[in-house]
This record gives sequence, structure tokens and C-alpha cells, in this order.
Amino acid sequence: MKRWIWMGPLALLAILMALVMAACGEGEEAPTQTPQVTATPTQSSQASASPTPVVRGPKDVILATTTSVQDTGLLDVLASEFKKDTGYNVKAIAVGTGQALAMGERGDADVMLVHAPSSEKVLIENGAAIDRRLVAHNYFLLLGPAADPAGAKTANSAIAAMKAIYDKGATFISRGDDSGTHKKELSLWKEAGVDPKGKAWYEEAGQGMAATLQIANQEDAYILCDKASYLSQKKNIELIVIFEADPAFLNVYSVMLVNPEKFDMVNAEGAKAFADFLVSEKAQQIIGEFGVDKYGEQLFIPDADKTYEDLGVE
Amino acid sequence: MDLIWDGIKEAFRIIGSGDYSVWEIAVRSILVSGSATMISLFLGILVGSAIAFNQFPGRNLAFSLVNTGMGLPPVVVGLIVAIMLWRSGPLGEFRLIYTPSAMVVAQTVIAAPIVTGFTAAALRNLHPKLRSQLYGLGASRLQMLWLVLWEAKLPLLAAVMAGFGGAISEIGASQMVGGNLAGDTRVMTTAIVLEVSRGEFAPAIALSIILLVLIFIVNLILTTVQQQERQS
Amino acid sequence: MTQAKLSLRDVRVRRGRSELVNVPQLDVLEGEVLAIIGPNGAGKSVLLETLALLQEPSGGQVLFEGQPVAGRQLALRRRMAVVFQDPLPLRRSVADNVALGLRLRGAPRRIQRERAAHWMRRFGIDHLAKRSAITLSGGEAQRTNLARALALEPEVLLLDEPFSALDEPTRVELLDDLSAALRETAVTTVFVTHDRGEALRLGDRVAVLMGGLIRQVGTTTAVFAAPADEEVATFVGVETIVAGRVRSLKDGLALVDVAGQMVEVATDGDPGSDVLVCLRPEDVVLSPARDHPGPSSARNHLPAVVCRILPAGPHVRAELDAGFGMVALITKQSLEELSLTGGSRVVASFKATAVHLIPYRGRA
Repeated sequence: MKRWIWMGPLALLAILMALVMAACGEGEEAPTQTPQVTATPTQSSQASASPTPVVRGPKDVILATTTSVQDTGLLDVLASEFKKDTGYNVKAIAVGTGQALAMGERGDADVMLVHAPSSEKVLIENGAAIDRRLVAHNYFLLLGPAADPAGAKTANSAIAAMKAIYDKGATFISRGDDSGTHKKELSLWKEAGVDPKGKAWYEEAGQGMAATLQIANQEDAYILCDKASYLSQKKNIELIVIFEADPAFLNVYSVMLVNPEKFDMVNAEGAKAFADFLVSEKAQQIIGEFGVDKYGEQLFIPDADKTYEDLGVE
Repeated sequence: MDLIWDGIKEAFRIIGSGDYSVWEIAVRSILVSGSATMISLFLGILVGSAIAFNQFPGRNLAFSLVNTGMGLPPVVVGLIVAIMLWRSGPLGEFRLIYTPSAMVVAQTVIAAPIVTGFTAAALRNLHPKLRSQLYGLGASRLQMLWLVLWEAKLPLLAAVMAGFGGAISEIGASQMVGGNLAGDTRVMTTAIVLEVSRGEFAPAIALSIILLVLIFIVNLILTTVQQQERQS
Repeated sequence: MTQAKLSLRDVRVRRGRSELVNVPQLDVLEGEVLAIIGPNGAGKSVLLETLALLQEPSGGQVLFEGQPVAGRQLALRRRMAVVFQDPLPLRRSVADNVALGLRLRGAPRRIQRERAAHWMRRFGIDHLAKRSAITLSGGEAQRTNLARALALEPEVLLLDEPFSALDEPTRVELLDDLSAALRETAVTTVFVTHDRGEALRLGDRVAVLMGGLIRQVGTTTAVFAAPADEEVATFVGVETIVAGRVRSLKDGLALVDVAGQMVEVATDGDPGSDVLVCLRPEDVVLSPARDHPGPSSARNHLPAVVCRILPAGPHVRAELDAGFGMVALITKQSLEELSLTGGSRVVASFKATAVHLIPYRGRA
């Protein structure tokens, strides 16, 4: 008798799991709800501004974006508002810029939010992406040890600061992962006319911003970092801001749609709705106010009303 | 050390406040890894008994393959499963990518060789005449399989524990095929990594503690059943 | 004429390249105990498993009550029960083990309980009913095994060397208990062993299996007293096997020339034929050489010299030279009374009817 007793609950458990899995596994087709967020947008708290649900076709929108955007938490807020307003469920896949763009090129995403302008343009040119629009910008910072062995603090410009580091041979940690930050860093070295690759003091981490920051922190090294990440990681590191507020450090975020004519599984309506949302007044306001309470300054500056030329970017 | 202390305090705070999102993540971890382990047990019994009980050319090769599978790096599994499930991949039309089902698939691929290997070894170690004896007492094929599995219950439970451990502790595959989406595919391990990358070490340690406790409880239950058998 | 419960016709069992068993015909008669004996590696277990429908033969047919059996039919298997050498208890109580076969057949709980209780009592393990079967000693486990099979009240009981793994006292006890149970239930039994004593004790008929072939089948007394050839003779315990030639034959009594000595044999062999003379050690009587043997029914009295004396369990084996090698089995008391040692001169006596002749086809 005793042995049969635990067979029952086990079998029950297995069936239960299978059911739950089936329910949770409903991808983009069925209008089922994920545990805590209800799908009816009419329950939105902002009674005035909410239209009736505009979901046409599949409900899920796959957004390929970068870790630096995800890690600040801004995306969670935007996605939640977007869902309340429209009913679309944004699946934000935060990977390196390289992978995000690659996902777009394969049609594995519906929309992309990245910060690597020259690479973005390549996708537009080869037709993988369409409708590129400016969303926001912030600035990179050059961080480093308080002792500042390279004397970069007193340089004339960002480029000069980088050159100073190169000349001194001071330890510099690079992202080394083809991310937007990494690409910016490489372009800076290029403008300074030097190539640090292979030098003993130049280390390539191959990881995200937070992890790379820790390495630089532990090794008392220089590092290029975006403002949002710096502000949220500040409490964990002892590095200080060596150089900032230089046009060369401009970090521009854009949104692009994956070309639905090239890939038939793309959720074109949902993607467009999200891109439109990002440049809408409401989202731009959220972007502009994000982080001010917590850090005392803006993490992102909304730009939907400007053009690329205004910012000096192609 | 402060970090760890802060982490412990944060862990108690989370548990005490009944923070829904953490519970939701914990339950999802157990369900996903539990399902993967159950499916692996089913496959493990099927394949394990097939290769343990039958002589066929290439039997040794089959054993080697299973043992190799035990050492598969989870991140490699994640990459391959992701490639298959991406829209651009062969199974893209099932739209499984970035869903908990995809994570169950990936974790099953990781756990199945472990459970199969243990099961095959356990069945191989049974007395060579046991099956004949059971047939000789009038057992049908199905009855024989059931009785034999019961005899091998102790190592089978060990197989389940090993498989579950492998599934619930892995990150790479779950991250790649699940996407770590809040409220949808976030599990304990991916949540911990996210907190670390955000620089929020206290919540990361808190989640780690909760995860360890979860794993401990599951193993405690299984071990108790196993030990009860030994005494009876 | 008793029905054959199980039969083999042209059965061959092959594994890989080698042929393990080749039996053109074998019948197991209803209600009998058939002992299958043979040296290790003879194929006895394979033969048993084929009879038990646990293995399909590579060729030929197995017949159950005269009907050919296809495959390993569950229905027929469930009318039989098998006991192996290792008791193989399952991880559950002794009572559950004994009731196992009944449970597999879906017998009602009441029947399971009653039969299990009955057979546990019969084999003296009812005090162990609640114990976990894997904690039992070898003897207790094998009793459980036997009870487990007999509780099924099978039509055929098959046993594969059930006592080989047990120590002597346990073996003797179990042999007694099993013997009683078999007599009581009169179940058709096939019993494999390499021990002649067990075959003699339990078997009605004996089949001698050597190298996968059945060399002789017959009643126990017939096979042991009159083995069909030299190998069988050696296996069944005939220790004196010597070559001879039949010189003359008159009134059912032959004179056989064995290395110059004349031996009187009750037989109807052909004069002039070459034979092997077989004599069991138990049939040789020794007396001191000096004494002149008075009239007795033993027709042969050969002078011999004792070469070696070896212990043989409770008795003694004396190896003699009577012009040819001879072995006698005598008691220790006799050994002392006759003061026999190496070199002692004796007279070896045996009856003409105790000698068995095998046609001599030349030694291999």
C-alpha cells in the first residue's frame, strides 16, 4: 500500500506541469495572459489618454536591444506603458549590439533599439531594416583611477585624453564585444590616430558594461562607459569621471523596424506601433524624466523632435 | 563581507514581504526545471532500458554517446536549440523561442543524457537473471519493466536529483532560448545574472540564497524517500 | 501412456556461431519429475529456459500439451513457474514476494494472502513474513523463492540448480522440504542439476545432457546402472571402466576377458565383441586375501592390491589393481576392520549382474 501513495502526487504533478507549460507556451497567437499583467488596456490608470486596444494580428513584439538600455530599467517602464496603451506585449531581448543587429538581419526580431549609428545604416542600406528614427541620446564618459596616471583629466579634448592614455600605456579595459560602446571606443582610437590592439596595457573583456566596469574597478584602469550605466553602478566602484561632455562622446539611440517584406513572420503592425510609441510625446516624457529622482540627473535626453543632423550624426 | 550580509538581510526582507515577482520567478524555475526532469526521466527510462537490456551492434557506442551527453556544455546546447527555434531556423514556425516551453526543451536536452546515463547504469547493474525470473513468474513485458524500475529505485532517484540539479542551475541555455523576460521567461538563475549586471549585488545574493534553499528542499524530499526505502 | 506435458521437437538453440543445444526429441511427462543432469556448460540452463518459454529456440518447436507454442506466450507462461539458482528476492516483504506471481496474474487479495500464508508455512518461513526479503540469508531467500513458485500452484515447475549456491546442511534440509512438496502436489517438474545425488533423490526420470546433446533419457535407476556410453558412465559415477572382449556367452552369462582376468557378466552381448566393462564402486566388496570366500551369489572374486585410499565424504574410496584399475567404495569401519593400507592384498568381489557392458567403439 505504502508504495503507491507517492505515485499519485507525482503523476498529478507531472500533468500539472504539462498543463502550465502548455498555457505559458502560447506564443504569439493566443490572447492568453501572463501571470500578473492583465491584457485589457481599458483598465489603464490613465483614463484620459488610453485608446481601445489596437492589437492587430499577433500580440507579441520581439524587440532586439542592447544590455545598456535594458540594465537601466528604462525599457521595463516603457514596455509596461506600451502594453497598457495598446495591449501589445513587448519581448525585450537584451543582447550585445552585434547580436541585436544580427537578429534584425535574420528576421528573428520585429524591431530594434540600438546605439551604433554607422552599423544601423548598413542594415538600412541592405534593406534588412526600414524606418530608422532618432529616439534619445546621452554621453559616454571616460572613467579612470583617481590617481590619473595618464594625466587625461587635463587633456584638451576627449580625443586628446585617449591619446594621453595610449602614450602613457596606462591600463585600459575595452568591452571588446562589438557593442555600441565598443564601436564608439574604437572610433575614438581611430580619430586619435592610434591603435592599441595587442598592447599589453589594453585588455578586452568581452562582457557587458557592468562586468567590464568591475574589471576596470578592480584593476584601477581607464574605461569608456555610458552615463546611465555609470550612474547606476557608481555605488559599486571607486573610479572617477576623468573626462565628459565632449561631442566625440555622443551616444545616440535609434529605433528601426525589421523589414516585413523581407521576412514574413515579422509582426509589422506591432513593431510599427512600438516605434511610434517610442517617439510619441508620452514616451519621450518618460524617457526624459527617467532616473532624475534616483540619480539627480537625466540618464537619457529625448530627441524625437530633432534630426540626426541636429546632433551632428549621419 | 558586507555584501554578503546585505544579501542575507535582503533575502529575509524579500521572503518576509512576500514580493510577488520573486515568488513568481521561483515557481517558474521549479516548474520549468521540474518538467524538464520529468520528461528526461521518461526518455531516460525508454532509452536507458533499451540500451541496458538489449544486445545489439554498437551498444558500446550508444553508452559512450550517452556519457558524452552528460558533459554537454549547457551554453552549447542553448546555442543549438536557439538556432533551431529562431524564426530564421528550421523550427521557427512553432514560435517557441522566448517562451517557457523553449526553456523546457533546452533543459531537457541538458538533463536527459544525465538521467539516461544513470538509469542505463542502474539497470545494467541489476542481476542478469532478474528479468528472466520475473518473466518466469508470469510477468508481462510492461509488468517486468515496472518491477525492474522499482528494484532500481535508489539509483533512479539519484538520477532524478542529478538531472534536476543540472537543469535548475544552468543559465546559458535558459538565457539564450528564454530571453529572461520579466513575468514570462525569467527564472532564478537568469534573474541573478541580471541583478549582477545591474550592479545590484544585494538582491543577487538574496536570490542566490533563495535558489539554494529551493534546491535543498527538493533534494531533501527526494533523499528522504530514498532513505526510507533503504530502511524498509 | 502418460501425456507429454511439454515436448521439444528438433529444437536447436544457437548463439552467434555456436550451437548450444540440439535436441531432436524430449518429452516431459505429466506429473513426473524429470531431472536434467550434465556437467557445467552442457547447455542445461538454456534447455530449461527454452522449456519454460523464456527463450525462443533458433529452430524447432516447443509443444505444450501437444500444441506448438508460438513465441513466449504469456498465457502459457502463466501456467508455469520458474525457480533460479540465485533467489533474486525483490525489495519488499517476504509475504509480498511470495504473493508476487499471484499479484501479476491479478488474483484476488484473499487468494494471495491465503496461498502465501500456506506456502510460507510449508517452507518454514512464516515467521519472516513481514521481513524485507533482501535481508534474508541464502537458505531463507531460496525458501522464499520456492514458496513464491509453488504458491502459484503451477502446472509445470522448472528449477535451475536451485541448491547449488547453498551450503551442505541447508541444501539437505531444502531437498527434503522440496521433495515432500513435489510428492504432495504431484506437479510436473523439470529440475536441472549437476549433482547426481539430487537427481537420484528427486527424479523419476533422468536426461543426461552433454555438449548440448541429450545422451540418454530413462528412469533414474536405468541411467545410473546402465549408462549408454563412456562419458555418461563417468558422469553418473561409474568409476571402473575398462576395455574387454567377450570370450563366450552361455545362458545369459558371458565371460569377458579384461586384461587377462576373466569376469562373469550377466548380459546378452555378442561373443567376440569388444566392450567397455562398467562397475560402480558401491558394488565392489572387499575381503582379506587370506580368507577363502565361501559360496556367495557374487560370481566374481578377483585378487587385487590396494594402490591408494582416499576419503570420500563419510566413506572411503579404495583404488585397486586387479590386473586392471578398479575402484571400491567402503565404509571407514570396514577400512579399519580389514586394516587396509597401500599394498594390502585383498579379494574384490562383485556380482555378475552389477557389471554393465557398453559396446566399445574405440577410445577417443
